[in-house]
Amino acid sequence: MQFIKPGINIDFIGKRYIAFFISGALIVATFFLLIWRGGPNYGVDFTGGVLIQVKFDKKHSLEEIRKALAPIQLEDSIIQEFGEKGKAEYLIRVRKTNIELTGLGEKVEAAMKSAFGEGVEIRRVEMVGPKVGKDLRQKALFAIFYAILFIAIYISGRFELKWLMSIIMAISLSVVVYIASSFGVKVTWLIVIALVVTLGLCWVLKLRYALGAIFALVHDVAITVGAFALTNREISLAIIAAFLTIVGYSLNDTIIVFDRIRENLKRYRKRPFVEVMNQSINETLSRTVLTSSTTLFVVLALFVLGGGVIHDFAFAMLVGIVVGTYSSIYIASPILLIWERSGNQKASRR
Amino acid sequence: MSNKLTWRVVVIAFSILAAFVYLIPSVSKTLPSWWAKILPTEKVHLGLDLQGGMHLVLGVEAIKAVESNIERVIEELKNDLRKNRFRYRDLKRVGTDGISLTLLRDKDKKLFMEMFEANYPDFEIKEVPGEVGKPSFRLVLRPRAKEHIMRMAVEQALETIRNRVDQFGVSEPDIRPQGKNRILIQLPGIKDPERAKRLIGKTALLEFKLVDEDHSVEEALKGNIPPGDEILYKVSYDPKTGRVRKIPYLLKKRALLTGQYITDARVQIDRQYNEPYVTLSFDRRGAKLFEKITGENIKRRLAIVLDNKVNSAPVIQDKISGGRAQITGRFTMEEARDLAIVLRAGALPAPVKILEERTVGPSLGKDSIHKGLLSMVVGGLVVVVFMAVYYSLSGLIADVALLLNILFIMAGLAFFGATLTLPGIAGIILTIGMSVDANVLIFERIREEARLGKTPRAAIDSGYSKALVTILDANMTTLIAALVLFQFGTGPVRGFAVTLSIGIISSLFTAIFVTRVIFDYLYLERRMKKLSI
Repeated sequence: MQFIKPGINIDFIGKRYIAFFISGALIVATFFLLIWRGGPNYGVDFTGGVLIQVKFDKKHSLEEIRKALAPIQLEDSIIQEFGEKGKAEYLIRVRKTNIELTGLGEKVEAAMKSAFGEGVEIRRVEMVGPKVGKDLRQKALFAIFYAILFIAIYISGRFELKWLMSIIMAISLSVVVYIASSFGVKVTWLIVIALVVTLGLCWVLKLRYALGAIFALVHDVAITVGAFALTNREISLAIIAAFLTIVGYSLNDTIIVFDRIRENLKRYRKRPFVEVMNQSINETLSRTVLTSSTTLFVVLALFVLGGGVIHDFAFAMLVGIVVGTYSSIYIASPILLIWERSGNQKASRR
Repeated sequence: MSNKLTWRVVVIAFSILAAFVYLIPSVSKTLPSWWAKILPTEKVHLGLDLQGGMHLVLGVEAIKAVESNIERVIEELKNDLRKNRFRYRDLKRVGTDGISLTLLRDKDKKLFMEMFEANYPDFEIKEVPGEVGKPSFRLVLRPRAKEHIMRMAVEQALETIRNRVDQFGVSEPDIRPQGKNRILIQLPGIKDPERAKRLIGKTALLEFKLVDEDHSVEEALKGNIPPGDEILYKVSYDPKTGRVRKIPYLLKKRALLTGQYITDARVQIDRQYNEPYVTLSFDRRGAKLFEKITGENIKRRLAIVLDNKVNSAPVIQDKISGGRAQITGRFTMEEARDLAIVLRAGALPAPVKILEERTVGPSLGKDSIHKGLLSMVVGGLVVVVFMAVYYSLSGLIADVALLLNILFIMAGLAFFGATLTLPGIAGIILTIGMSVDANVLIFERIREEARLGKTPRAAIDSGYSKALVTILDANMTTLIAALVLFQFGTGPVRGFAVTLSIGIISSLFTAIFVTRVIFDYLYLERRMKKLSI
């Protein structure tokens, strides 16, 4: 059986401007969504606070629950439905850290019981004090930073076979970030700086493949963050893990296309770059679509059947895989082209 | 069978057997007695999010231990000053690690400094400017000594908490230090997290202090506290009226006897009122001290102070030898039992604060397991069917590899004694999707090579060799991400990183090695003619 016929020849590169436009629009939309929502929706893992998952024996409106919280001054907590629609399960989030957090779980349970009777079950309590919240933020950001670092090194070394270059890049990156951090720059900005510096270094050091790959990664994570902002889902530690997995996975795809491009470039030295790229993408199309599909099947199963706790994680993976596949085809390779084009123009001007 | 093939089949058979051996302890409830001697017994642990239970991170306020130490040193210093007849004033703690003192006679200075340096090596003595003829000193705890006290406080707190949790009776508790002054506690399957928290967090400092009968409490409440005294309250809660009463007591600050001399604490029931109370037994030194205190203070009141709250202040009727005392109060059976536990385990050297708490109820844990397994089965089934339909026989071969992969991942978890969490299950599910990737790469290559006209054997050969480098490459990046997550992740995220890493490595083994063996068997040994892919 074959979905993608061999000898298929879709002009991907030709359509790249449409792709750029769509991606650009999505990223701009993400930007505005983030501003509108007032920044990413960080969970209690990072902001500190308490998260309580409550189950009642019958459904109550959010208003009723809010009123029940008023006696303990928690009526301005975030309350939302959780899990399957039929079950009366809710999530109560208290993001303050200036109140006494220990014992909040019990207080909420008591308040719920006094308002709704005995059919109240506290399924889960997560309390993160401000100190631990700060620690987890640091950890997450270090994880992201080191992942970027190692992947940048690996891509440059592997693709360009310029291991020396990649070491230089890694060192320069570390130095820049270190300097920035000693100025007390906040960690979120450090990540942005790291990314910008990496991309810049790739440009300067002519690490074309690395540039394309990293650009695609940033694109993928950015759009996934946008999807989270759109649906107002929380970003917890597990979601950061999902982002890093998406990075690893999207890189898979990209590497496979790039490997094919290089193989074909060697074989068809006479043909123009655009044609070789198109051919490579078409040749790997079957494989790309298939693996994305199989991974999508399983993640969909997790999304639909996995239950509320893992739901957001599955959502991140879902968006990430779709966007990751799309970016390997339409974003990573055309970036190589931009380089080639500008290089050719310079050559023709001489 | 050709030699090479036989070898490889043996390797695979051995791996499968090893996997089963590692998994049996997790699956079967009892193991035959000979098992433990030579075969592994590690189970796959279930994370708290799948078992239900409580995860606590406590911060030990170690600096308070330093402060207590300074207070004790001040008392010792008072004794020494008195012994040597050095007249002084303004002896008090300064900051967290210093003592200030002013001598009244200049001629005492040299002797005092000699005495101090000899007896208090942990301190640095500095003279500070003050009144003429009255030398003033700042005595500061040396940084190394301070570090030592703080470190000991954390270690002792760890031990004490471990003692308390042991007596509480939780199966498989996990208590370990985290960083410089944090303690991580995991209590799987705990039924009453509130009680556990109270038990763990209670400082449980027991002190016996004399009531100051010579001064009036009312005067002291107005602000005239006599030197060496303090006001502590007895807090009583009347369950009938729901009111809280606070009764002040004027006590001598110095604790004559503390809980460190207790060897045993038991719950007894008062016959008359049917109320539980706690009896204490002291060790020999404690018993002697107790005898001395009660002998010297007959008809005075001795206050029993728990965590700076007065529990009771009975009148000493007679000298008490035999080293026993009682703590009464309106306890429930549970409160009395918990009090006995903390008194037996000992007081915390410094207060602890709960920095992080994650509690999952057992019902949610079970739900998560069911849902996780369901998604894994459904997702896995879809992939298995798809592969069989799309790649025919070769697809079935890939499916065999997939099933083996899941087996190896679970065995890998048992091998490392790792913990399976809900994100861990998600990791396994992801691996199912991604492990198929390697096979797809190989099969697509084989199809390509076959289209070019190669024989089945040649096509298979080229397919595998050309795809190999790309497979390794592609999985490498996900592995890097997984390793970074492992390094920086906590709890559930770490579980995810572990299953992902194990999954990638094992899927490389099954997709490349195992499927190749099966192919070779079919097309070399059995000499199948047509390529079914």
